[in-house]
Amino acid sequence: MGKNPKKKQANVTLDYEKIINTPEFKELVKRKRKFSTPYMIFFFVALFTLPILTGYTTILEKSAIGSMTWTWVYSLSMFVMVWVFTSIYMNKAKSFDLDVEEILKKHVVK
Amino acid sequence: MDNFISILIFVAVIGLTLGITYWAAKQTTTASDFYTAGGSLTGWQNGMAIAGDYLSAASFLGIAGAISLNGFDGFYYSIGWLTAYLVVLFLIAEPLRNLGKFTMADMIGARFGARKVRGAAALNTITIVLFYMLAQLVGAGALIKLLLGIDYWISVLIVGVMMTTYVLFGGMTATSWVQIVKAVLLMIGTIIISFLVLLKFNFNFIGMFDAMRTATPHGEAFLHSGIIYKDPIGLISVLIALVLGTAGLPHILMRFFTVKDAKTARSSVIYAVWIIGIFYVLTIFLGFGAAKFVGADAIIAENAAGNMAAPMLAGVLGGTALESFVAAVAFATILAVVAGLVLSGASAIAHDIYGEIIKKGKVTEKQQVRAARIAAIAVAVFSIILALGAEKLNVAFLVSLAFCIAASANVPTILFTIYWKKFNTTGAVASMLTGLIVALVLVALSPSVINPVPGAAFFVGQPIFPYSNPAIISVPAGFLAAIIGTLVSSKKFEAEEVSYAEVKFKAETGYREPMG
Repeated sequence: MGKNPKKKQANVTLDYEKIINTPEFKELVKRKRKFSTPYMIFFFVALFTLPILTGYTTILEKSAIGSMTWTWVYSLSMFVMVWVFTSIYMNKAKSFDLDVEEILKKHVVK
Repeated sequence: MDNFISILIFVAVIGLTLGITYWAAKQTTTASDFYTAGGSLTGWQNGMAIAGDYLSAASFLGIAGAISLNGFDGFYYSIGWLTAYLVVLFLIAEPLRNLGKFTMADMIGARFGARKVRGAAALNTITIVLFYMLAQLVGAGALIKLLLGIDYWISVLIVGVMMTTYVLFGGMTATSWVQIVKAVLLMIGTIIISFLVLLKFNFNFIGMFDAMRTATPHGEAFLHSGIIYKDPIGLISVLIALVLGTAGLPHILMRFFTVKDAKTARSSVIYAVWIIGIFYVLTIFLGFGAAKFVGADAIIAENAAGNMAAPMLAGVLGGTALESFVAAVAFATILAVVAGLVLSGASAIAHDIYGEIIKKGKVTEKQQVRAARIAAIAVAVFSIILALGAEKLNVAFLVSLAFCIAASANVPTILFTIYWKKFNTTGAVASMLTGLIVALVLVALSPSVINPVPGAAFFVGQPIFPYSNPAIISVPAGFLAAIIGTLVSSKKFEAEEVSYAEVKFKAETGYREPMG
C-alpha cells in the first residue's frame, strides 16, 4: 500500500505516537471502524440466527417456493450476503487507500 | 479397463504437477521465494490458490457425502466455511499482510518480540497442521485404495512423496500453482456433475427439491435441519469453529504473504470468495444428486461417512471416464491442501522456531532455505508415519478440531494484536495456550473420542463433554485468557514489545521502515 522506502531518508524512525494522534489518522481509523462494525454485527447476527431458528422453532420448515423451504432460502441468502458485502468492502476500501496515501505523503515522504 | 483410465488420469495429474514443480524450482532461491513465492502472485492467482488451499477433501468428498446422507445438516459446513471469509476480509487480511512477513507468528511477533509469544504461535501452527494433515492423508489413503485398488500404505506414501517433492523443490511457487491447477480441476469437475444432475431434473431447480422429499429414507426431514444436529447448542458450537477458525488457519493466513501488498491481498479474497462460494452452492447438487441417483444404501456400503458419494455420482451420471476424472480431481484436491500444510508446518519450524527463536534472526539466506527444506521433510515424514498407523481410526473429526483450535488459540491473539491497545505479551501467551489446551482437553472428553457406540470413536463409554466440537467453550476461553492475562500482568515484558502506535500505523498503512 503505497510504500516506497527509497523516497524516505534512511535511518530516521518515525514518531509513530505523534502520527497516530494526528486528526487525519484518527479520522481514517474511525471511518474504517464505523464502516466495518455494522457489517460485522449484521453478519454474526444473521448467521447465528439460522441455527437458533432451525433448532428452536419450525418457522423455517415451511415451504417457500414449491418444496424449497425457508431454511434453504435463508441459507442461500447468506451466500448472497457474502458476495454483496465483499463487493461493498472492495469499493469502500478504495477510498481508504486514498486516505492512506495522503497520510503517507504528509508524514512519511518529506 | 476401468483401472486403466483411472491410472492414466492420475498419472496425468502427477506429471502436470511435477512439471510445475520443475519450473518453480528454478525460481526458488531465497527464503522469500521459498515461503511466499517472492510476494509475486497477482490477486486472481492468489484468490484461486486460496480456494485450492482451502477446499479440502472435507469440502469436496465430505460435504457431498454429508448432504447426500443427512440432507440440509450437511450444508451447514458449506455455509460456515464460506461466510468465514467475511471475517478474514473485514478484520484480518490487510493488517496481516501489512504486519507480517512469512508466517502468522511474524505478524504477532511484529508487536510482541518475546520468544515465548512466537513459540506459542509456532506450537499452535504445528498442532493445527498435524491434525489437518492427518485427516487429509488418511482420507487420501482410503480414497486411492478404493479407486485404484492399491494398498493403503502405498497410497499414503504416494501422496506423501508428492507433497514433499512440491514443497522441497518448488516451495511456495510450486505449491501455489498446484493449488491453482487443483482449483480449476475441482471447479470443472463440480460444474460438470452439477450440470448433469440438473439435466436429470430438466433444469428445474425447485423440481429437484420436490423430488428430494421422497428420494431418501429421511423423507421430508431431508430438506430440514435436525437430522444430525438435534441439539442447537452443539450446532452453534460447530458454526463458531467454522466461521472463526478460517481466520486462524496458518496455511490460509500464509497465502496473504504471497502478494505484494494489502490491496492485492484484499482482491485475492474477493476472487477466492467467488470461487469458494460457487463451489459450496454446487455442493447442493452433488449431495442431492448422490442421494437421488446413487442412493444412501449404496453410498454407505462404500464408505460409512459418505465420502465416496461424489465419485460414485460421477460414475452413475457420466460413466467410468467421468468417475475416473472426478477421482483424479479428489486426488489433486488432497495434494494441493497437504502441500500447503507441509509448507506452513515447515515455516513454523524453520522460520519461527529455528530462525527467529534459536538463531534470533541471525541466519543467512542460504541457511534459511536449507532449514526450510529440512523442516519440510521432517513435517512430511512425521505426518506420513502418523497416517500409516491411523488407517483404522475415524479421523474425520480432526478437520473440525483443527478449525476449533485455530478459532480458540489463534484468532483472539490475532485480533487483539491488531485492534487492542492494552493487549500485552502475557495476554498473548495466555490466550494462545489456553485456547489450545481447552480445545484439546474438551475434544478428548467429547463424543469424538469417547462414544457409547462401539467403533464410533477411540473409547466406548459415556462422553464427559457433550459436544463433538468444543468451540462454544474454547473460543470464549481464548478471548477471556487474553483479557485476564493482559489485565493481571505487570509490565515486565514491555521492553520486548513494539509500541501500539507503531503497530497500528503499520497495520493501517502498510508502511515499513527502510532497511539500513
